Amino acid sequence: MRLQIKDIKIVDPLQNRDSIGDIFVENGRIVSNFSGDADKIVDGRGKIAVPGLIDIHSHLREPGEEGKETIYTGTRSAAKGGITTVFCMPNTNPVIDNAPTVEFVLLKAQKEGLVNVFPIGCATKGSHGVEISEIGVLKKAGIVAVSDDGLPIANSQIMRRTLEYTKMFKLPVISHSEDKELSKNGVMNEGKNSMVLGLRGIPKQAEEVMVSRDIMLAKLTGGYLHIAHVSTAGSVELVRQAKKKGIKVTAETCPQYFTLTDDVVKGYNTNAKMNPPLRRQEDVDAIKQGLADGTIDCIATDHAPHMEEEKNREFDLAPFGIIGFETILSLTLNELVDSGVLSLSKALSKMTSNPAKIFNLEGRGTLKKGNIADITIIDMKYSYEFKKENIVSKSKNSPFIGRKFKGGAVMTIVEGNIVWQI
Amino acid sequence: MSLNCKDLLGLEHLDKKDLQTILNSVGPFKSLFTRSVKKVPTLVGKTVVTLFYEPSTRTRNSFEIAAKRLSADVVNVAVNTSSIVKGESLIDTGKTLEAMKADYLIIRHSLAGAPDILARNLNASIINAGDGFHEHPTQGLLDLYTMYEKKKKIEGLRVLLVGDILHSRVAKSNIWAMIKMGAEIAVVGPPTLIPSNIEDLGVKVYYDLNEAIKKVDVVNILRIQLERQQENLFPSVHEYVELYQVTKERLAMARPGVLIMHPGPMNRGIEISSDVADSPNAVINEQVTNGIAVRMAVLCLLKPKRKNASSD
Repeated sequence: MRLQIKDIKIVDPLQNRDSIGDIFVENGRIVSNFSGDADKIVDGRGKIAVPGLIDIHSHLREPGEEGKETIYTGTRSAAKGGITTVFCMPNTNPVIDNAPTVEFVLLKAQKEGLVNVFPIGCATKGSHGVEISEIGVLKKAGIVAVSDDGLPIANSQIMRRTLEYTKMFKLPVISHSEDKELSKNGVMNEGKNSMVLGLRGIPKQAEEVMVSRDIMLAKLTGGYLHIAHVSTAGSVELVRQAKKKGIKVTAETCPQYFTLTDDVVKGYNTNAKMNPPLRRQEDVDAIKQGLADGTIDCIATDHAPHMEEEKNREFDLAPFGIIGFETILSLTLNELVDSGVLSLSKALSKMTSNPAKIFNLEGRGTLKKGNIADITIIDMKYSYEFKKENIVSKSKNSPFIGRKFKGGAVMTIVEGNIVWQI
Repeated sequence: MSLNCKDLLGLEHLDKKDLQTILNSVGPFKSLFTRSVKKVPTLVGKTVVTLFYEPSTRTRNSFEIAAKRLSADVVNVAVNTSSIVKGESLIDTGKTLEAMKADYLIIRHSLAGAPDILARNLNASIINAGDGFHEHPTQGLLDLYTMYEKKKKIEGLRVLLVGDILHSRVAKSNIWAMIKMGAEIAVVGPPTLIPSNIEDLGVKVYYDLNEAIKKVDVVNILRIQLERQQENLFPSVHEYVELYQVTKERLAMARPGVLIMHPGPMNRGIEISSDVADSPNAVINEQVTNGIAVRMAVLCLLKPKRKNASSD
């Protein structure tokens, strides 16, 4: 199969490229030219080709919670959002702390998935935070990182051992930084809004205390620490100072944390309930600053599907999390690029070259010759309203329903195959 | 005269005019109570359902009596014996009661926002009878009315709330009502029981009761939940009594004729001394009487959404 994308603006952050040209794809790889004719030609005029987006934080819910999402539906949702690679968190049922479950996810993705799926393995057995899991075996089976995500390792000694042990595999340890005692029973950001609504708050310090601890342990061990979904100004500053001191740490945030504040919780909107919770405007501003100055390396979704009947109930009882595959690109374009926080190239680097580098993804994250042909085509003039009935994910829990966007993915190419187009 | 809403979810959403409308409506209902026939036909043929997910005798009985004095039919859903314990969701329970043509649903719930969720999903009028740490609007209204009745005004009154503000829906509704009506409101309690952002509402914060109580017109004493001690929010009942019990000695520093209020049920000898509870300045039992009249007013003032409401 030979694919030619003609006369398209190519923006490739790693190669520092921003120019019009053609892209040639043969046997799933990017080549410099063909000897014969293309099997398919895509007219790229007026559009932008970028390396396929890599989402390093998602929940595909399979195995175990197929009512919320499956690998089949989740990868379609990702493809619609312009994402060509997703990392899935191990908090499935059973959890991904053993090789057979890694293999199940990979096989299922190969059979039914529309985009690349790379599993993240549990840092500790059962994500119980007591014994480190068989990380070497998991790595061999195909994991790209370890994390206990929403059940962060509370015991500092075990976190130390995890950061130490993973060094030999060059596997990042993804930390959902949360002091579960400080956040206990909390359901939203602690502040005026939580007080008025009568909901228990989660102070920003519940995140910052653990970001501090993990940075100290990264310094101690020299391990590969990656801070998940940074939500507060304080965390941004902690990561910034750590990087200045040469401590090995990387960080991600999510579109919701640079777009929304806890004002959207008013009226007990459970689609605004997530963990970490939405914070205040000063946090939104600091996160944008952190993205601009390179403190925050990646933008991920934390795509967390939940069924309507789970969300449409008492705020305290609704689960944490929102879907994100289908809005990450448009939100990044509208909130960061259009407003001048980041150049298009820099914004894209947070979803392409940076994740590929941090998680050692060979042959992805850039459109260099010889690389795997994961390509996203963006139309900056594509205007649409994000409507519930158009959501491809099995779940509809998004606070962005009804929002109007300009700019988004119009075609998604995975390993040389067009898997989604509008 | 009526309110321009179908539900009463919290006093945050009412303005001064609404509050004044309610205050003006209570008197005629209260005057009924001294007659031999304490009943008016205002809500004949209407169905009022009380749905209490938390134990309560005072509030539920007060609503039931209020609805009955308005000639409504009243059904009390006892949560322990209902399908709720079989796992039915709040919305489904609400829809079931609406299918039985309930016109008013009065809900008490341990989780904040439960009445809001019902209001969003149902056409019946929802009245919040206390939800988590959020609001208890009819308690706020009856406190407001009691002060108004005794002091003949609200504007400029100095009101002090004593105790656990953090977990108190009564405090929240009181604060909204007092501020909108122009009272000066202050809270006093240990910092662990006062939400850090309460000043954003225009409330003055004290930690020292002896200082806070000076020259106040009204002291509203909140019930202290003894289980808060296990959460390390105060070290012991002994110390709480020492620092925050409202006593005769402390009240001597308040304005003459200070009103003593308590939403009940009281822990005598803990947040309030017995002699204060039984003193002539205490209006705790009148609050209970006024509660019925206030709830009658609320039931009459809400605007039901139903188009097919009976033609009366």
